[in-house]
Amino acid sequence: MATQQSTSANPKVNYEYRRKKAAEEMRKHVTSFALMIFVTLIAFIMVLAGFDKTFVYPVLLALAALQVVLQLYYFMHMSHKGHGAAALFLYSGALVAFITILTFLTIVWW
Amino acid sequence: MDAEQKFTSRTWPESPEKTTLEGKNKFLGFWLFLGGETVLFASLFATYLALKDKVPSDDHALAIDMFELPLVFIMTMLLLTSSLTSVYAMYHMKNYNFQKMKTWLIITVGLGLAFLGFEIYEFYHYVHAFEHTFTSSAFGSAFYTLVGFHGAHVVVGLGWFLLLLIRNTNRGLNLYNAPKFFVASLYWHFIDVVWVFIFTVVYLMGMVG
Repeated sequence: MATQQSTSANPKVNYEYRRKKAAEEMRKHVTSFALMIFVTLIAFIMVLAGFDKTFVYPVLLALAALQVVLQLYYFMHMSHKGHGAAALFLYSGALVAFITILTFLTIVWW
Repeated sequence: MDAEQKFTSRTWPESPEKTTLEGKNKFLGFWLFLGGETVLFASLFATYLALKDKVPSDDHALAIDMFELPLVFIMTMLLLTSSLTSVYAMYHMKNYNFQKMKTWLIITVGLGLAFLGFEIYEFYHYVHAFEHTFTSSAFGSAFYTLVGFHGAHVVVGLGWFLLLLIRNTNRGLNLYNAPKFFVASLYWHFIDVVWVFIFTVVYLMGMVG
């Protein structure tokens, strides 16, 4: 496993590299924030436009899924290394969540 | 590495939230908790979807009669922006800038409080204008349980941030409290994740019919 601590012989170089990397990542976060705002706007406008629900429902769910992926992978850093266990826990939860909702909508309150 | 060790911005490790064993354990345990939270909210969403618009008589208001897009839009923007401001706080945490981290966390708390204010107004409005209460119908129970549970998470998130800020105001950043701030911000993002599904499934789909 790569050490988390400074490894460069010249600490100044390493420090400046890390600063630059952090600033770069922050710019990515702002970009994903802009995307989330855009996705949200599309979702609200679609409802205002009054399309048929067989068309709106799947698109709304897809937009929500896209926004959640951005939130998880950028804001919550799941795109970083060392998030295997995090992904396992979250996707296991999501699988049970999907089955729960499917069950309630099809069998329990049929 | 000693958790109370003093650092400078140059000696501060790259991933302070995962440098100590305690930090690593917190990180792992917290994601396990988030998996459980996903299941918890799934059961509430499933109940809501099954009981949506299930009212005992025709004089009860339905989702399409009550929900208003402008209010939901403002709440969504507030919570989404507060998610970004807590990312800024963690950016400054990683750069060992305690003052800026505190400033961004306080902005996050402010946005969260504004969200909560709108939610309280919303519930008050439904109760008084539509007599849509927790006990008025199965729809009402399911609605207030789902959205109220999310609101309770917002309250807990705000309290968490405030406690951390108060406890560590004069302490500065170290490897003991960095994982605490990091985990609190993860929780705050998760609250926004849940809200994305609430505004989509409850409000937008509710408005479509």
